Amino acid sequence: MINKDWVPYLQVAPLAILMVLFVAIPLAVLVTLSFWLSDGISLTPTFSFDNYKAVLTSFLTWKLLLATLKFAVLTWFFTLVIGFTCSYFLVFHVKNLKLQIALFLLCTIPFWTSNVIRMISWVPFLGKEGLFNSFLMMLGIIDRPLEFLLFSDFAVVLTYVHLFTLFMMVPIFNSMAKISPSVIEAAVDAGASPFMILKDIIIPLTRTGIALGSVFVVTLVMGDFFVIRVMGGGQSSNIAAAMKNNIDQLYYPDAAAMAVFLIIAVLVPIVVILRIVDVRAELAR
Amino acid sequence: MQSSSPKRKTSFYLLAGFFGLFILFLYGPMLSIFILSFQGVQGSMTFPLRDASTHWFGDLFTSTRYGDLGGAFRRSMIMAIAALALTAVICFFAGLAFRKRFWGSGPIFYLAIVSLVIPGLLLSFGIGQMFQLSGMPLHWMISGLGAHLSWTLPFGLLIMFAVLNRFDSSWEEAARDAGATPSQILRYVTLPILFPGLIAVALFGFTLSYDEFPRSLLTLGTRNTLPLEVANMTSSVTTPALYAIGTITTVISLVVIAVAFSAIAIVQRRRSKRMATS
Repeated sequence: MINKDWVPYLQVAPLAILMVLFVAIPLAVLVTLSFWLSDGISLTPTFSFDNYKAVLTSFLTWKLLLATLKFAVLTWFFTLVIGFTCSYFLVFHVKNLKLQIALFLLCTIPFWTSNVIRMISWVPFLGKEGLFNSFLMMLGIIDRPLEFLLFSDFAVVLTYVHLFTLFMMVPIFNSMAKISPSVIEAAVDAGASPFMILKDIIIPLTRTGIALGSVFVVTLVMGDFFVIRVMGGGQSSNIAAAMKNNIDQLYYPDAAAMAVFLIIAVLVPIVVILRIVDVRAELAR
Repeated sequence: MQSSSPKRKTSFYLLAGFFGLFILFLYGPMLSIFILSFQGVQGSMTFPLRDASTHWFGDLFTSTRYGDLGGAFRRSMIMAIAALALTAVICFFAGLAFRKRFWGSGPIFYLAIVSLVIPGLLLSFGIGQMFQLSGMPLHWMISGLGAHLSWTLPFGLLIMFAVLNRFDSSWEEAARDAGATPSQILRYVTLPILFPGLIAVALFGFTLSYDEFPRSLLTLGTRNTLPLEVANMTSSVTTPALYAIGTITTVISLVVIAVAFSAIAIVQRRRSKRMATS
């Protein structure tokens, strides 16, 4: 018979071992590698800040950081508006619980399909001869196809919103579903307007969901290197895409320094969000 | 919140319209590549659909232009099934463990969260370098599967937390009082009650691995999985064959989702029937 105190350790051991092997050690390898030097062919184990110096003093890095943040903020804004509005509709306007769950699942199904395919599926819509342009030309709104639709920052943000809104919607939906209807009824009885209910009850009570969704969306956008390359048509770039270029050219230490830079860049918004909203305290609620 | 006043009705229709547009936004593009994958031989990558055919599906299987699609598909399937099984088993037990506070529970949880929010490309790079620097060759079923698990396990763990949140442990205590051994409790009480949630964990394990691109990128070694082949095709293939492969892999995902949903529905229907008769 195994001592009872050991049971949780045995149960969690496989997870712990895999997390150390495939998350903690690889991250330590990245950090170590960022201090090494490379001439493009072989690696020299050493302790040098040269890679960081190169990354931090390059004008390009800061330009890329600005682009990364721009995409993150734009996507965050649109996913928040769409995710909040759709959750609000499902929770407070769809009274039939079965229908509510069915519609919610309808929103989540695309999450379980391929992101690469979902990205590609915008091509027949946005192209020069795409559906959107043909539609606008048919209506006579434009007489020449709009060029900016595909392979542009517009296409990149649109794809991000398409791919990531769900990550915002699910946590917000969860928080909203926990709001007791009696709280809102009490406010209605006390004479609160719908806008006041939204501002003073619903938004404060969904802030955990908003915070979690924001963390997801911001990190997903900041870590993307593929959508920005394909949908941006080579015009746009960000830190992750630049890092991917370094890896392709076998400049591993440079890429590692950039990776650490990106981790810090991702951590800053996360810390800010979690400072504003104490997610742990509210989840335990 | 009765919809008796005319004002509330307008807001309902406005919101319903917005929601409808969102669903269209989610599914419209998917539907259009589904239709265009049946493009005729002369057809282009955009509408209109000319002489609908299954030409491009056949092309995927017969042409050598697309690399080793069959092998990539087989590897993706094997990995996804392995990820499904490992994610379900590992997260089930880890979830049970996390019900109590134990030494190290905090760091393990935070490591899982880090793995969830860290850009996949970084972890892919780190895992690839870890293998290469330690002289181990990259292999899709070792480094690749490990990279996929770094993505599926945190998701599975969070779902287990949600499932266990609604789990009443007094059932287990009742079984213990009735003289059941720990393994009997696990087999006849805990596992059956948590089974629907476990199907959801398995669904995440399969689909997240089957579609994973960034974490596969630098960890698979010499052989590719399907998402990598498809991602390569986005820059090299300019025919509707690209949509055909998209349709095939999306249909497979949808079938897996349907199987999981039905399994959960069947289990719960049986359960409510038993509750009604007993």
